[in-house]
Amino acid sequence: MSVDKKTVAKIADLARIAVGEDELEPLVGELNNILDWIEQLSEVNTDGVAPMTSVVAVDLPWRTDKVTDGGYRDELLANAPNSEHGFFTVPKVIE
Amino acid sequence: MTKLTELTLAEARDGLVKGDFTSRELTEQYLANMEQGRELNSYIVETADIALDMADKADGMIRGGNATGMTGIPIAVKDLYCTKDVHSCSASHILNGFKPKYESTVTANLWQDGAVMLGKTNMDEFAMGSSNETSYYGPTLNPWRAAKENGEQETKNYVPGGSSGGSVAAVAGGLAIAATGTDTGGSIRQPAAFTGLVGFKPTYGRCSRWGMIAFASSLDQAGPITKTVRDAAIMMESMASYDVKDSTSVERTVPNYEHALTGDVRGLKIGIPKEYRMDGMPEEIETLWQQGIAWMKAAGAEIIDISLPHTKYALPTYYIVAPAEASSNLARYDGVKYGLRVEGDSLDGMYKNTRAEGFGHEVKRRILIGTYVLSAGYYDAYYLKAQKIRTLIAQDFAKAYEKVDVILTPTAPSAAFALGEKSDDPIAMYLNDIFTVPASLSGLPAISVPAGLSKDAMPLGLQIIGRAFDEETVLRAAHALEHAASFTTKPKVWWGEK
Repeated sequence: MSVDKKTVAKIADLARIAVGEDELEPLVGELNNILDWIEQLSEVNTDGVAPMTSVVAVDLPWRTDKVTDGGYRDELLANAPNSEHGFFTVPKVIE
Repeated sequence: MTKLTELTLAEARDGLVKGDFTSRELTEQYLANMEQGRELNSYIVETADIALDMADKADGMIRGGNATGMTGIPIAVKDLYCTKDVHSCSASHILNGFKPKYESTVTANLWQDGAVMLGKTNMDEFAMGSSNETSYYGPTLNPWRAAKENGEQETKNYVPGGSSGGSVAAVAGGLAIAATGTDTGGSIRQPAAFTGLVGFKPTYGRCSRWGMIAFASSLDQAGPITKTVRDAAIMMESMASYDVKDSTSVERTVPNYEHALTGDVRGLKIGIPKEYRMDGMPEEIETLWQQGIAWMKAAGAEIIDISLPHTKYALPTYYIVAPAEASSNLARYDGVKYGLRVEGDSLDGMYKNTRAEGFGHEVKRRILIGTYVLSAGYYDAYYLKAQKIRTLIAQDFAKAYEKVDVILTPTAPSAAFALGEKSDDPIAMYLNDIFTVPASLSGLPAISVPAGLSKDAMPLGLQIIGRAFDEETVLRAAHALEHAASFTTKPKVWWGEK
């Protein structure tokens, strides 16, 4: 499998990274190099093999579903590039 | 008298407790070395005021008889760890100016035990790299330089390995007694091998990942970078803990790792995997490996040939799993909550501009690969397939551990290379991690021990991989290997005032 300019533009859009028209062609080459190299995995027979879900054999811990921590509004906002009245701000999304 | 900065962590600990010197004196010497060593670019931020405050506090703990193994020990912290009110950016521009309001669990454990923070170290951006050349803050230089044929030292610069490149350069250059690193596919072990140091990645789940800036969450693990195996044991004990804030951290007692260093490996079964003999591997790597096998045999260990048949698939598997997880983890950088924001003509435009300017080229490449392998229509062919092969790789190890206690391999396929030598070829760069990635994919503890020099006098390391949560046997074997190799060469100082 390989990618073309259209596919790279689409995944860049999905990943929300602005990619200029002039950057697409080099990226096609770079990504295809990596994808070609990864292609060797298709020679491995994985019939009946379960995909790994946990790297060490442990059960995820359970806890009661209740609030145990919080109340850090100002600390959370302290690093925001832009905030007003105790909220993060973003460009206008509703006309 | 030996300079205080030449002491190992264990020697410094003993000297501090005996009252031979104070943590303030030790810390001041390191701060002076850091100033002299700025050319190495190993620190992104130096925290001298914090260090001296912490040193005074540690001296109080020692006077009060409350010293632990880490009390008063000046260490460097990889920029990937969140440290309260101190620059924590994973060497990325997208986290520009980020000073977290909380402390990572691993560093909190170290400070609780009285360790002293000297500063935050340089690294590959978001730990994506094997040479420290992808950092927004510029490359870190390896304190080691090769010898020319006439024996003179080269004048060109070498990479320290990566991603924990700043951490190893700081320790190898005498700018920290030890450092924290993080390892996703080899980011502690490969740079340790490149700089003549010990680098230890414990079992996945041994250390809390809370407060570590995420790269690939099923692989990321904290660990120490130190001068000796004993130092690694002492620091590991402080860093490890069960943490309710990380659901993948494991509730197990942390042993006294230093007690594991018995020096006795008689009867220990050491596996030698034939698949780690790669085509085109330099002869000196093979020679060193054979030497390591001979040393362990002479120490009384039993050498057993084993097979890990899926080894050659580990690296391509890693380059599906890690970018997939990274593309998901790095979705949080949106110009809203922290770090860089670049305005755009809409909300989406702001996201796209911020991420285009904030991420470096290697990080973007991995996000795009990750987005592609997770996208509709390709998920099964790439991501699911890789997770199945990951199961096969882990099963290879499980089978091997029915017959052996640890596995001995080279750490990296070469010595440190010159700056810029591999930065244009991603796959050549990825191949650096060929021997370290299999243990990462399987969550196993693994350590790199300095074992010799290349023909041009650059350090080389050997790796010991153990069973899950059997850090003690890994350390015991590593300690014996270290003893046999008795690697004492130090880099010749070329930086700072001559």
